[in-house]
Amino acid sequence: MEAEVRLLWWKGCPSWERALSMVREEMDLRGLNPEALEVIEIVDENDAARFGFPGSPTILVGGEDIQTPGPDQPTGLTCRVYRRKDGRVSPLPDPEDLRDAFAKIEA
Amino acid sequence: MSDHELQTGDPMPMASLPATDGRTYDLGQAAAATVIYWTCNHCPYALAWHDRLHEVARDYADRGVRVLAVNSNNSDTHPADSFVAMAERVEREGGWPSPYLHDESQDVARSFGAAKTPDVFVFDAGLKLRYRGAPDADYDDPGQNAAWLRAALDAVLEGREPDPATTEPVGCGIKWK
Repeated sequence: MEAEVRLLWWKGCPSWERALSMVREEMDLRGLNPEALEVIEIVDENDAARFGFPGSPTILVGGEDIQTPGPDQPTGLTCRVYRRKDGRVSPLPDPEDLRDAFAKIEA
Repeated sequence: MSDHELQTGDPMPMASLPATDGRTYDLGQAAAATVIYWTCNHCPYALAWHDRLHEVARDYADRGVRVLAVNSNNSDTHPADSFVAMAERVEREGGWPSPYLHDESQDVARSFGAAKTPDVFVFDAGLKLRYRGAPDADYDDPGQNAAWLRAALDAVLEGREPDPATTEPVGCGIKWK
């Protein structure tokens, strides 16, 4: 059985499409079916609250966020700030965090 | 949202805004060229392009280019963009090469038709708009080095028309009241 992989996105942040490609490519590389990725659009604050959405894009692998949001990170319609391994701030997660998340569920 | 958008060749809307350094800045002060860009404290696109925009301010200062950063976000809904938070950020970062201006009424953003953070406007010495859009083609590639903005400034300083003169601003929407 394949692990549950989800991408939660909001249209106000353009990086979601690139994040979608990143996740699909990583799934493909690992022999997982990219079509199994569940892509969920967050359309309003009610959705954001229901999914505990900390910003777009949010990627969940095996139910876990690939970069755990801080404890004071509010939920809502916002663009997610990711911290890359080299210290840069980006609207996209570090590819290594994505790889690590998949490696964790395969272990 | 703004119902008016500046077009290439339009004059700069006249305004003055307070900055985190305690001074008030007239946007239309004389300069060889003027860059006015919208930014903020919380948006990852603005943060990703932040260093590149500062490098432009430093690199073009001795060519008479004036660079101003403006934050128009509604701080009631986004407290990270309050005037106090803006000043704290500049201090924490050891000062900025450009004044960080606060557009609390959002009137200036509306008069320019600014839509995103970041959203860059380049004016010539006659204060006519010559470039509007993104700093470069990729928020996630620091190697782009604000190439579109630099090319626009080089063109303006040499009396040429920037090519491209417009690109699509990419980032978070300005948080309107």
